[in-house]
Amino acid sequence: MNELIFFFNTVLVSGTVLGSIYAIGAIGVTLIFGILRFAHFAHGDMMTMGGFIAFLLAAAFSAMGIVAPVPTGFLVLPIAMVIAAFIALGIDKGFYAPLRKRGAKPVTLLIASIGVTLIIQGLIRLFFGSGSYSFFETETKQLFKIPIPIEGVTRTINFTQPQLLMVVVTVIAVLALHLFLTRSRLGKAMRAMADNADLAQVSGINTKLVVRVTWIIAGALACMAGTMLALDVSLKPDLAFNIVLPIFAAAIVGGLGQAYGAIAGGFLIGFAETLAIFNWAILLRPFKDMVPFALPTDLAVVPTEYKLTVAFVILVIVLLWRPTGIFKGAST
Amino acid sequence: MTQRALILFVGLFILFLAVGWTMGAANTSLLLVQSFAFALIALGLNIQWGYGGLFNFGIMGFLMVGGFAVTFVSYPVNGSFWSSEGPFMLARAALAFAAGALLVVGARNGHRIGIRGAWKTALVIVAWSVAYIVYRSQIDPAVKYIEANAGWVGGLGLHPVLGWAFGGLLAAGIAYIVGRICLGLRTDYLAIATIGISEIIRALLKNMDWLTRGTLTVSPVPWPTPIPQDLQAQGISIANSFIIARLGYLAIVIVILALIFFLVQRAYGGPWGRMMRAIRDNHIAAASMGKNVTARQLEIFILGSVMMGIGGAILVSFGQIYDPGSYQPINHTFLIWVMVIVGGAGNNWGAVFGALLIYITWMISDPVSQFLFNSISAQTSEWGWGAIPEIQSRASQMRVLVLGLVITVALRFAPRGLIPEVVKREGERAT
Repeated sequence: MNELIFFFNTVLVSGTVLGSIYAIGAIGVTLIFGILRFAHFAHGDMMTMGGFIAFLLAAAFSAMGIVAPVPTGFLVLPIAMVIAAFIALGIDKGFYAPLRKRGAKPVTLLIASIGVTLIIQGLIRLFFGSGSYSFFETETKQLFKIPIPIEGVTRTINFTQPQLLMVVVTVIAVLALHLFLTRSRLGKAMRAMADNADLAQVSGINTKLVVRVTWIIAGALACMAGTMLALDVSLKPDLAFNIVLPIFAAAIVGGLGQAYGAIAGGFLIGFAETLAIFNWAILLRPFKDMVPFALPTDLAVVPTEYKLTVAFVILVIVLLWRPTGIFKGAST
Repeated sequence: MTQRALILFVGLFILFLAVGWTMGAANTSLLLVQSFAFALIALGLNIQWGYGGLFNFGIMGFLMVGGFAVTFVSYPVNGSFWSSEGPFMLARAALAFAAGALLVVGARNGHRIGIRGAWKTALVIVAWSVAYIVYRSQIDPAVKYIEANAGWVGGLGLHPVLGWAFGGLLAAGIAYIVGRICLGLRTDYLAIATIGISEIIRALLKNMDWLTRGTLTVSPVPWPTPIPQDLQAQGISIANSFIIARLGYLAIVIVILALIFFLVQRAYGGPWGRMMRAIRDNHIAAASMGKNVTARQLEIFILGSVMMGIGGAILVSFGQIYDPGSYQPINHTFLIWVMVIVGGAGNNWGAVFGALLIYITWMISDPVSQFLFNSISAQTSEWGWGAIPEIQSRASQMRVLVLGLVITVALRFAPRGLIPEVVKREGERAT
């Protein structure tokens, strides 16, 4: 039983948290792809930027002496999301809109997004250097320990307060997005445009407004995912680069352009990564005395250093098996 | 070459002279060797993207493979490895790998003995898992043994130029596998797939301590030409020895670059190049004319990757150190993309021009911004606002920003590059 709880603590808790972050990031990628038809590579750096905005706000809040029962990172999240949404709008106006007006191909926009990546990363490094920062330098992470009322169980179910809040925030964000896409006029317009942009335009849908709303949602969600990632691990200027691959894998696995697919893909990749690096030998430990031979001590599917390969292997398998993703995705 | 290109190259030459005048001959010779090696890599990308329209965001992986190849071939032999059990254990792991591969291939051909549908899928999955377990059961102890007894495999002690060739060969092999998996994918999928593969190559080479020494780094990797220390032993002064040695290296690099440039330029105008451009511009039309689009794209992907592998090997030999931890997507993938986009995709002169220009911009943006920051800082302290903290580390981060600004400006105002591809059409010629 102790081993099962260990499994729960390491795999389920961190898998859920990682999956939430991937899902929130992948929704942004997939929405931008659905509306604007290009792979937005700068999304990872928009996440890092969001993390840094939240970090600055949190520092300002604690300097002003504002204390809340939740970590300051979550307190400032709505404000940071608003700021990030405006920055995302600005990025579109400054970098992508002129190219779109010229009728540039999606590939050109993709290369432009690399330029945006470099600019954002350059600015972050210019102002923050290349060291790492933590939200929890002044406050501590509150740890929840839930004992299990079964005889002989000594381990407790452990998770931290930020982890719990992250899952809650993700659920709220996903529900809000679901209601927006299915109930509101604008959300329906967005789905219509993702299906067929020309048809949407001749039906009288204000496509410019839809594009703006897409950037607002994507920017805000990127900020949210970046802040959550920074709260879970630490904040570094090159945070995004390691995560842009799993996020794109999640978006592609779910089917580019499919918001629900991105959520499923995010959790799939998140759990696959944590399951792959989990040492399964621990679960066999209780049976140590029952078998006559010695059990191996290390039974992880891949060593921890190769965690990144898991997302990629899943991506390749899905692309070979179902090239448009699990939920049928859009194509250029 | 048009007049515009000539003027640009003359301008570039003057820029190099100016940099050489301020930075000294030793630094400039270093810059020249590296920028010409990058020109070779940019030509490789120009083939893939400019000729063939293939999106390769995994350049870093091919550079790393080339670097590993030259390290492995040219580094002196590690006697303690060859006299230990290590080679035997590695051979067993290789056998296990081969057996696993055979098993998977067998399972994939299961339909021949009547296993179909879901059963075949299950069989393939089981075969993959068994192969993986068998391979891991052999390689893990071998790795542990080698790392404990011999440290690492060591090199073969052969000539570095052989290593460059091996770098090209190894890159070709990897490009073949990558191409077979990914080339059927759409552009944006291909981009993310190649990024993924280069990240996997990086993870592997960084963590396979038994093969590459990982983060411990390997040095000194030998040169094909006399190194400065050899020249100093012959009585040449230290300052001159660096310049002469680097010029010797530069000569080899320029010969290789010129040879490949000539071949690539000839290929562009020939039937092969025309076919490639036809596939790039409209692959459906090309396929309907009877061209085997997938095979041709694989071909051009491999050719471009070979050039990247050779370029990566040349860079590692020149730097004399192989450090898998030093490879970054920004420095080794996006930098080269910026070179090709700014120079002019599809035009070899453009690619070389872009490589030289962007590399020199990349290298001098650090001292230039340091100078700028210092003067701003002097100004602000005069006004009583205090100096800019940590100027040195901030200035070195400026290059990323400069690179981003350069590509953004290029896409806005010169989307086809500074020396764009000249597209000749029958109709235009008639008028």
